[in-house]
Amino acid sequence: MKKRVCAEILSQSEIAPNIFEMWIRTELAEEVKPGQFIGVYTWNNSLLLPRPISICEVSEDRTALRIVYRRGEKGTGTYEMSQYAPGSTFSNINILGPLGNGFPLEKGEGKTVFLIGGGIGIPPLVELAKRLKAEKHVIVGYRDRTQFFLKNDLEQYGQVYIATEDGSSGTKGNVMDAIRENELEADVIFACGPMPMLRAIKAYAAEKGIPAYISLEEHMACGVGACLGCVVKTKEVHHHTYVNNARICTDGPVFEASEVEI
Amino acid sequence: MNTQTTIAGITFKNPVMTASGTFGSGMEYSEFVDLNKLGAVVTKGVANVPWPGNPTPRVAEVYGGMLNAIGLQNPGVDVFMERDIPFLKQFDTKIIVNVCGKTVEDYVEVVEKLGDEPAVSMLEINVSCPNVKEGAIAFGQKAGALAEITQEVKRHAKQPIIMKLSPNVTDITEMAKAAEAAGADALSLINTITGMKIDIHRRKFTLANKTGGLSGPAIKPVAVRMVYQAARAVHIPIIGMGGIATGEDAIEFLLAGASAVSVGAMNFVDPYTTEKVIQGIEDYMKRYHIDNLNDLIGAVEG
Repeated sequence: MKKRVCAEILSQSEIAPNIFEMWIRTELAEEVKPGQFIGVYTWNNSLLLPRPISICEVSEDRTALRIVYRRGEKGTGTYEMSQYAPGSTFSNINILGPLGNGFPLEKGEGKTVFLIGGGIGIPPLVELAKRLKAEKHVIVGYRDRTQFFLKNDLEQYGQVYIATEDGSSGTKGNVMDAIRENELEADVIFACGPMPMLRAIKAYAAEKGIPAYISLEEHMACGVGACLGCVVKTKEVHHHTYVNNARICTDGPVFEASEVEI
Repeated sequence: MNTQTTIAGITFKNPVMTASGTFGSGMEYSEFVDLNKLGAVVTKGVANVPWPGNPTPRVAEVYGGMLNAIGLQNPGVDVFMERDIPFLKQFDTKIIVNVCGKTVEDYVEVVEKLGDEPAVSMLEINVSCPNVKEGAIAFGQKAGALAEITQEVKRHAKQPIIMKLSPNVTDITEMAKAAEAAGADALSLINTITGMKIDIHRRKFTLANKTGGLSGPAIKPVAVRMVYQAARAVHIPIIGMGGIATGEDAIEFLLAGASAVSVGAMNFVDPYTTEKVIQGIEDYMKRYHIDNLNDLIGAVEG
């Protein structure tokens, strides 16, 4: 069940330039699935809406969540969030969740699977890689080698292939270049990352005739399916909205790529 | 303690409603809030046919509030009556349906269909959505056009009608009087205030629609002022809204002359807001030994 609760901040650290990791203790951890997200509130009353942040990992005893997020410019909600820490004035945080449906693990079980992440789309792959019982190729794209966050975490669960925009490590180029360079093949794709990457994955999956489950993001207000702010165009008339739109927060955030117009 | 309020002959258990478009048809928030506790659920706007709404981004956060340009996406009145009304009927709360359209005929078609549904207590006519190019706001910004659509809807409506007014006008009292004279049973105000946000790093509009409706605590003082002015200008009841987050906020609207209030954007911020506002009103009444909510309506002094 979705709830708005106050969580205790267990740790806060900058794991790469402007990339922050926060562990929070919360009852919501009990029922979280890979690919779900939470709405995170700041204590600044001028920044009212919950920030949709993907869940990176659930603690083994299922009492805590790890979120990894990019800090925005000064004045943004994520900038505020990055200043909260145990022992500081703000050592806890209000959150709403768990939100969204997460990745359909059953579609990948026992198969050869690509787990593809780009930039700040990489965090949800950690819990996904941990729980998915499959032959896993993890392909992640970073801007450059100073940004290698979560690489070590992912290496525990499968072979990790890296692409960097500047070629400072791994394949020079994007995740699709890394797939080609390493001559990788898969039956199913799970992915999260920037829109150009997701478009390339959609095209690749269509060409190969394999399903791709992609996690989308959009500006959101409520996070629970009421405001209709975060829609994505759908190929067919959607069963809930009765128009060619689905709500990313509640009908997604993960969609089969061929079902959405991106 | 009596928290009941009566509008156009319909009695609500308390004055707290949901502002159209911020609560869906109640389903999404029934996970957080006991809908039986609400005075009424005011639904998201419904048109004669499904509307796809605007391109994204449709929402943006701004200081103390938000901008939206959803564009009245809705599944159409037929689906709404088959799916959403039966859901809401399970609860002991009043149902007010918000009606939108592009032409007078669109509004009339929806109003006539809803006339066959006795579970719908009132109709709120949306003539003030700033995010739809045709119709809608065009009816709400000129007194003559507002009077015309009010009269036409009233002629076809079986339920009492609430005209939802736009704040994007020079004189709210002129609009309030025009709606009253044309037969409106009640008024609701304010709808959102037209605003804009520019992403300075990309040098682009934040919203795909360029402009959007501003809501949230940032607009509350404007809303209280307009409710006060409208309440002094007309004799029909007013449902006040605009940035209500707490019981104290709701009391301000009641004192300014509203007979009921709606919680809008704050539902997005805290899904429990409606219940907290109801509790806050009761706490205020206890604190000041007020037995009847009606004693607060329009009771601001000076």
